[in-house]
Amino acid sequence: MSNSTVQTGSPADNLPPRRSFLRWWTYGVGAVAATIVAIPFLGYLFGAIRKPQVQSVRLGPLDQFPPDQTRLVTFDNELGQPWDGMTAHMGVYVRNLGNDKKEQDRFLVFAMNCAHLGCPVTWFPQSGLFMCPCHGGVYYENGERASGPPPRGLFRITPEIRDGELWISAPFLPTLQNTFEKPARV
Amino acid sequence: MRRILVWCEARLSLRDTVGPMMMHPIPRGAAGPMGWWYVFGSASMTLLLIQILSGIGLSLVYVPTADQAYESLVYLNYQMPLGWFLRSLHYWSGSAMVIMVVVHAFQVFLHGAYKYPRELNWITGVFLLLLTLGMAFTGQVLRWDADAYWGIGVGASMAGRVPWLGPYIVDLLLGGPIIGADSLSRFFALHVFVIPGLLLGLLAIHLWLVLKRGISAPPVQGQIVDPRTYQQEYEKELHKEGVPFFGEAMLKDAFFSSLTVIVVVVLAAIAGPKGPGALPEPALLGANPKPDWPFWWLFALLSLSPAGAETFIILVMPVVLIGALLLVPFVSNRGERAPSRRPVAVLSVIVIITVIAVLTYYGATEPWSPVMGAWSGDAIPEDLVQSSTPLRLQGAVVFQNKQCRNCHALEGIGGRRGPDLSRVGTRLTRDQLIDQISNGTPGGGNMPAYGKQMKPAEMSALVEFLVNLRPPGQKAAQPAAIGELEPQRASR
Repeated sequence: MSNSTVQTGSPADNLPPRRSFLRWWTYGVGAVAATIVAIPFLGYLFGAIRKPQVQSVRLGPLDQFPPDQTRLVTFDNELGQPWDGMTAHMGVYVRNLGNDKKEQDRFLVFAMNCAHLGCPVTWFPQSGLFMCPCHGGVYYENGERASGPPPRGLFRITPEIRDGELWISAPFLPTLQNTFEKPARV
Repeated sequence: MRRILVWCEARLSLRDTVGPMMMHPIPRGAAGPMGWWYVFGSASMTLLLIQILSGIGLSLVYVPTADQAYESLVYLNYQMPLGWFLRSLHYWSGSAMVIMVVVHAFQVFLHGAYKYPRELNWITGVFLLLLTLGMAFTGQVLRWDADAYWGIGVGASMAGRVPWLGPYIVDLLLGGPIIGADSLSRFFALHVFVIPGLLLGLLAIHLWLVLKRGISAPPVQGQIVDPRTYQQEYEKELHKEGVPFFGEAMLKDAFFSSLTVIVVVVLAAIAGPKGPGALPEPALLGANPKPDWPFWWLFALLSLSPAGAETFIILVMPVVLIGALLLVPFVSNRGERAPSRRPVAVLSVIVIITVIAVLTYYGATEPWSPVMGAWSGDAIPEDLVQSSTPLRLQGAVVFQNKQCRNCHALEGIGGRRGPDLSRVGTRLTRDQLIDQISNGTPGGGNMPAYGKQMKPAEMSALVEFLVNLRPPGQKAAQPAAIGELEPQRASR
């Protein structure tokens, strides 16, 4: 190797040689290749972040919910996949506030998930309380927090009455910043 | 045969690469009796090997879909020949691996082996520990039972508290709007592809560092780590009296690993596989998800923390803990390595082990969880209602029917969320009882206000029952007289 080719500022270095061009061209092509692989892949990964579609769930005829009583209604939630099996079989609590109320305001529907960490609450008609088995969150019959660690009352779902039957839209898993009253994505 | 070997070697050049690795010299002390402290890392790797083999075995039968995972586990347990054993081995060997990795970390910490120039060994080690715990957590989810289902629910509820991003993280975690097939597939991918890939890659770096920086000599009092001279002295010692790894040291590793494998296999054969537990069907209610034992301490810490600090503890504490672990080799990078000269290090190990042991105990017993079936399942102890008046008997019935028993034990049986009430009559007067029951814990604490949840007749019967709960001969609680409460003012 002669000295002249190593010296900086030699004529050969100043000219944009084919090799330098190819190097930059390779960086560019590489970046394009990486991007067009990454974008659809990330799009696929983040595809789970989407607004759940609206699916109606029939809870049953109104006379199935006697006044001043709370009932657990179970159903298959179809928001998930057809191969969810028994994991899709969940429930909501329905309370009839009394037949003297207008039909539209008569029913309270609560998700079964505790507002603390999502465990399933159980309704005890004897004491008129919902209790959570995990950390002892307790709620009154109207869903308000009674005691324990939950930062709020039970998650409420607004029901709909169609032809004498009670319907809700299928519930997603409610969390503190994503509730049925105020979904994170509208 | 020899010619084939020579032919291969001419192409593979193993003698130049693997040879030096096996024969690399280590400090003489690490091969002597002190060498028994050095066996935990290789035992962790042996257990990892068992995990890989048994994991591949399980994947031949296990079906990672929400509707059939449970069934396939039951099939493994009861129908597949030796399926129960493979599940059991995977669980017990995984548990042993968590223990071994933690013991390895404690040994490295106590012997100051993380100090200069082995900081990166420690940092990769911290991530290997986290990945091992990640395997334990995701593996537990694959046991698709009620614990797994509601465990994801708890995890999602925690993640949902992250400011702004919470709901999106929940979606990513669940793979959809509800816990179901997509959630299981996610955890399967993590457990089988993502985490093992990261783990093996990081393990390669960890081992590379062990080879390149050499195994640290057993600590000697007064032998100070000084970055300026350490490397030189280490090389000198190796040169003078180093012994090849492939010898005494490796024999110890092999012996201890074999012993570990035997213990794990015997344990797996005797104790059997864990679960699957209750069906993963949310409509069945009553589930109280419990993580596997490596997470009991965390579970207890969260459950015992005050509700106000909870979000902070869930979101910030893990970052602080991991950060503290990563900073260890930078906070103490030089100086003494001998535990006898490092009281703070020894004390921190004692404190950490004690705290984790106590929290683990609480996690195992879960005193904060109500016992949901106590009101109907656990009868009132007979001696508490012997020779009772009808009103008191009625009160005992109210006590059970209003689910008081779910949180309040009688003679140690029942919930332990609230105090045991077997002797409450010696502590609280009738008025105090009425106040406590009607209004609950002031400020919405742990006890709900029962004022509107029972009729006056039920309340008087219940209080009559409670006020008489005291051992024979003991006086009932008396209202404090003004003079007793404020003696100084009374004397003026």
